[in-house]
Amino acid sequence: MDNILSVLVFFPAIAGLLGFVVDKESARAYGITVAAIEFFLSLWLWFSFDMSNAGMQFVELIPLIPDMGISYYLGADGISLFIILMTTLMTLIGMASMGETKNIKNMIVTLLFLEMTMVGVFVALDAILFYLFWELSLVPMLYIIGAWGGPKRIYASIKFFLYTFTGSLVMLVGMLFVAYIYHNLTGVWSFAITDWYALVLPVDYQLWLFAAFFVGFAIKVPMFPFHTWIPYAHGQAPTIGSVILAAVLLKMGTYGFIRFSLPMFPDASVMAITPIAVLSLIMIIYTAMIAYAQKDMKQVIAYSSVSHMGIIMLGLFAMNAEGLSGSVFQMLSHGIVSGALFMLVGMIYERRHTKLLSEFGGLAAVMPKFAIIFGVMLMASVGLPLTFGFVGEFLVLLGFYKVSPMMTILAGTSIILGAVYMLRVMKLAFFGPLDNEENKKLKDLNTRETWSLIPLVAIVIWLGVYPKPVLAPIDRSVKALLTFMDEKAITKEAKDMIRVAKSTKEAK
Amino acid sequence: MLEPINVSLESLNLITLAPMLIAIAGGLIILIIDLLKDSLDKSLYVMLTVLILFIDFGAVLGLNVNERGFFDVMLIDGISIISQLMIIGGSMIFIPLALTSKRFHEYSYPEFFALFLFMVAGFQFMVATDNLILIFVGIETASLALYTLIALHNRSNSYEAAVKYFTMGALAAAFFAMGSAVVYALTGSIELYKVSEVLATRMNETGLMIAIFGSSVLLLVAFAFKLSLFPFHTWAPDVYEGASAPLAGYMSVVPKIAAFVVSIRIFGMYIDLGVEWVRWTILILAVLTMTLANIMALVQDDVKRMLAYSSISHAGFIMAALALDTTEGNTAIFLYYALFMFTNLGAFAMLWISRHKKRRFNQRFDHPYEKFAGFIHIMPIGAVIMGLFMLSLAGVPPFSVFWGKIYVMQAAVNAGYIWLAIVMGINSAISAYYYLKLIVYMFLKEPVKDVDTVYYNISKPLMAIIGFATLATVAAIFYVQPLVSYFYYMISASGY
Repeated sequence: MDNILSVLVFFPAIAGLLGFVVDKESARAYGITVAAIEFFLSLWLWFSFDMSNAGMQFVELIPLIPDMGISYYLGADGISLFIILMTTLMTLIGMASMGETKNIKNMIVTLLFLEMTMVGVFVALDAILFYLFWELSLVPMLYIIGAWGGPKRIYASIKFFLYTFTGSLVMLVGMLFVAYIYHNLTGVWSFAITDWYALVLPVDYQLWLFAAFFVGFAIKVPMFPFHTWIPYAHGQAPTIGSVILAAVLLKMGTYGFIRFSLPMFPDASVMAITPIAVLSLIMIIYTAMIAYAQKDMKQVIAYSSVSHMGIIMLGLFAMNAEGLSGSVFQMLSHGIVSGALFMLVGMIYERRHTKLLSEFGGLAAVMPKFAIIFGVMLMASVGLPLTFGFVGEFLVLLGFYKVSPMMTILAGTSIILGAVYMLRVMKLAFFGPLDNEENKKLKDLNTRETWSLIPLVAIVIWLGVYPKPVLAPIDRSVKALLTFMDEKAITKEAKDMIRVAKSTKEAK
Repeated sequence: MLEPINVSLESLNLITLAPMLIAIAGGLIILIIDLLKDSLDKSLYVMLTVLILFIDFGAVLGLNVNERGFFDVMLIDGISIISQLMIIGGSMIFIPLALTSKRFHEYSYPEFFALFLFMVAGFQFMVATDNLILIFVGIETASLALYTLIALHNRSNSYEAAVKYFTMGALAAAFFAMGSAVVYALTGSIELYKVSEVLATRMNETGLMIAIFGSSVLLLVAFAFKLSLFPFHTWAPDVYEGASAPLAGYMSVVPKIAAFVVSIRIFGMYIDLGVEWVRWTILILAVLTMTLANIMALVQDDVKRMLAYSSISHAGFIMAALALDTTEGNTAIFLYYALFMFTNLGAFAMLWISRHKKRRFNQRFDHPYEKFAGFIHIMPIGAVIMGLFMLSLAGVPPFSVFWGKIYVMQAAVNAGYIWLAIVMGINSAISAYYYLKLIVYMFLKEPVKDVDTVYYNISKPLMAIIGFATLATVAAIFYVQPLVSYFYYMISASGY
C-alpha cells in the first residue's frame, strides 16, 4: 500500500465521523476497535518500511492550491515512523484503560479526531499542512480538558489553547517568510519542506526565522519561560487528556525542531546551542525541584514530564548523532513512560477521588500489581539501566558531553533529582504504614487495567534491554540529517560543530 | 445656439448598464405585483428576489472585461465584475433568511424586497464606475435603502440604529462630496483615470501637496465611516445590534465589499501617484482598527455585539491589504471577503434562528452568551456548526477564513511588511479568545433555562442556507485554488 500514510491520517477521522451514529453503549468498544485497527495499520507501516533508506518514504504529493504553493504532501522517515507508532499505541492504550463514563461517545469521537491530527502532524511534509494539523489538534484537546476536567477546567483549557495558538501564529509568519524567500529565489511558490531544505539562507535571516519557529515550538514543548500553561493543563485534564498531552502533543514541539529548525537553519541552530542548553538546564533542574515540592501525585508526574522534556531539548541541540538519536529515542520513552504514569495516577484517582500524596501510604500491601507496575514505570522514568528511559537519557548525555562537559554534568543531576522526587512518591504512596482506613478497602488493578498496562511494561523492558530495532532506523535518519546540515551550514563555527561531532562518531 | 448632440446607440454600450437595470426592474415588478394583489405571502417575494438576482448574476457574468459604456461613465473592469458577483452572491444567500418559521414585521412588506433590490443596484453602480458623481449616487441609493431596511425591523433600537446610521451616513456623504469637490478643483475632472493623469503632471508643483492631502483626507474619512474603521467605527456595534441578525451579517460583508472596491480605485490611485503618507495613514488606521476592535470585542456580553466588533476587526485586516497596493494585496481583499462572507453570514444566521420575539435571557441584549450555555446538550448539530463558524473566524485551519488570513499575511510579507504580518498574527491570537468564549459557553457549560426554545426560528430554508454556509466553511480548501486564480486573473487584467 503506497498510500498507507493517507489511510493512517484519514481512517480515524472517518471513523470519528461514523462514530456519531454508533450507539452510546457500544461507543467504547467501537473506539477501541478503531484504535486497534489504526495501530495495526501503523505496524504495517513499520514492517513495510525500508530500514536501509534514510530518506522519506511512502511519499504522496497532490497539489491542493498551486497558486499559493500548498500541496497535500506526506512522507515518513525513521524519525517520524516510531513517533507515529507511539501515537497510535498510546491512543489505543489510553482509550482501553479509560475509566471515564460520562459522555463516553463524545469522548471517543473527540479522541479519534485528535488521533487524525496527531498522525497528520508527524507525516506532513508541507508546512501549511503541518500547520493545519498542528492547529487542529488544539480543538479536540480543548474539548477534552474543558469538558471532562477538574474544577478549574475552563481556565486551563483556554490557557492551553491561547498559549499554543499565539505561538503558532508567530511560527506561521515565519513560514510565510520562508515561502516568500523561496519564491524570490526560484519564482515558484512552495510550502514543501523538502523544497525549503534546499534554501541556503544568510545567517541573519536564519536567526530571525529560527526565533519565529522557536516561539511556536517552544511553547508546545514547553520550554522554560513558556511552560506555565502545562501545570494547569495536566492538573485539570482528565487522565486520558494528560496521557495524550504528555505522550504525543508535547512531542510535536520537539519534532518540529527536528523537522524545521535544525535542517533549515543549521547556523542559527548552532548559535542557539548555548541559550537553549541553558533554558533546558533550567527546565531540568528547576522543574525537578518543583516536582519534589508537590503534594499532588499527578503534579509530580506533570513536572517530571517537563523536566524530562528538558533532556530531549538538550539532546536535539547536541548536534551529533548520539545526542539526536538519543533525543528521538527519549521522546518515545518519555511518551510511553509518562503516559503510563498518568494512567496509573488516574487509576488510583478513580478509586479514591484524590491525588494527594498525604492521603496514601502503604498501598503496596493492598495493591501489589499496581505497586509493581508503578515501580517499573518509575524506574524507567528515572532512567535506571535496562529500562526504556535509560537508553535515551544516556545517549543524550553522551552526545552533549562533546558540546559541554560542564553542562552535561549539570544535566546529569536530572537522574539524581528524578530519583529523589520519584522515590519520594514511591515512599509516601506505597510504603510506610497503611494507616488510612479508606485505603485498606482499595481493590487492586482489574483485568482491563492490567492488560492495558502490561504491553507498556513489556515495551519498557524490551527496548531497555535491546533498543537496536528502534534505534537503528532512527540513527540512520539522524545521520542523514546531520550530514545534510553539515553540507548546508555556511559559517565556519557551525561546520566545525557539526563535523567534529561526526568525526568523533567515525573514530569510534 | 447649441448644437444638437449626436449619440449613436452603439457607442452607449448599454449592456454595461444591464445588470443594474435588471435589479431595478425587478424591484419595480415586485411593487407592481403588490399593487395588483394584496396579501401575497412573503415566500413569493423571496423567491422572486432570488430569481431576479440570479438573472442579474448571469448578466454580470456575461460582461466583457475592460469595457466602458454610457458616455464612458460605466467602467466594467475585472474588479467591478468580481465585486458585483460577490455582492449578488451575498444577497442571494441573505434573502432566503426571511423565510423564518415565525413572522417578523419587516418581511410582511413587499417594499422590503423592492428596497433590497434597489440597494443591490446601488452597490452595483458604486463598483462599476470610476466617476465620482456616479459613485456618490450609488452610495446614496444603497445607503438610503439600507437605512429603511434597518428601521423596518420595528423595534425601538432598530429606529435608533437606523437614525444613527443615517446621521453617520449623511456625514460620510458630506465628506465624500467635499473630497470630490477638492479633487475636481485640482484637476477639473471627476473621472478617476483623468484625475490621475492630471495629478501625475502636477505632482511637482509647490503648494499642491496640501490640496492633495486635503482631498485624500476627506475621502478617507468618508470611507472610514462606510468601512467602520477606527475612529469612525462607533456606529457599527449599535447599528448591528439594532438591525435584525441577518441584516447585520449582510451589512458586515456586502456594503463593505462595495466600499472597498471604491477605496481600491481612489486610494490605489493616490498610492500609485507616490503619495506615501496615504499608504501610511491607511496602514495605521488598519492596525488601530483591528487591534482596538479586538480589545473591545473581548469585553462584550452579547454575541451579536461581539460579532459586530469582530467584523470591524476583520475589516481592519482587509484594509491593511489595501494599503499594500499590490495585485496580491487586492486579490487578498476579495478572497478574504469571499471566504468571510459564508462564515459570517452563517454565524449571524445561527443567531437569527435563536431570535425570540421577546428578550428572555437579558433585559438589555437579544443574544447574551448565557443564551448559548450548554447549546451542545440542546441542539448538538447547531452547536457544532456554530463552533465551526467560530473556529473559522478565529483563523483555525482548514476552515475558510484561515485561507483568507494566510493570503493576506502572505501578501503583507511579499510586500515587505513583515511587522504587519506579525501584528495580524497577534491580533488573530487575541481574537481567538472571544470566539473561544462562545465555544466554551456552548460546549463546556450547563444550560441556563428555557432549554427547548433556543432554536425557535428554524425552518427548512434556513437550515439549507446554514448547511450551505457550513459546507463552504469546511470545504474551503477545495475551492480556494479556482477562486484565487480567477480573482488574480481578473484583478491583474484590470491593472490593479
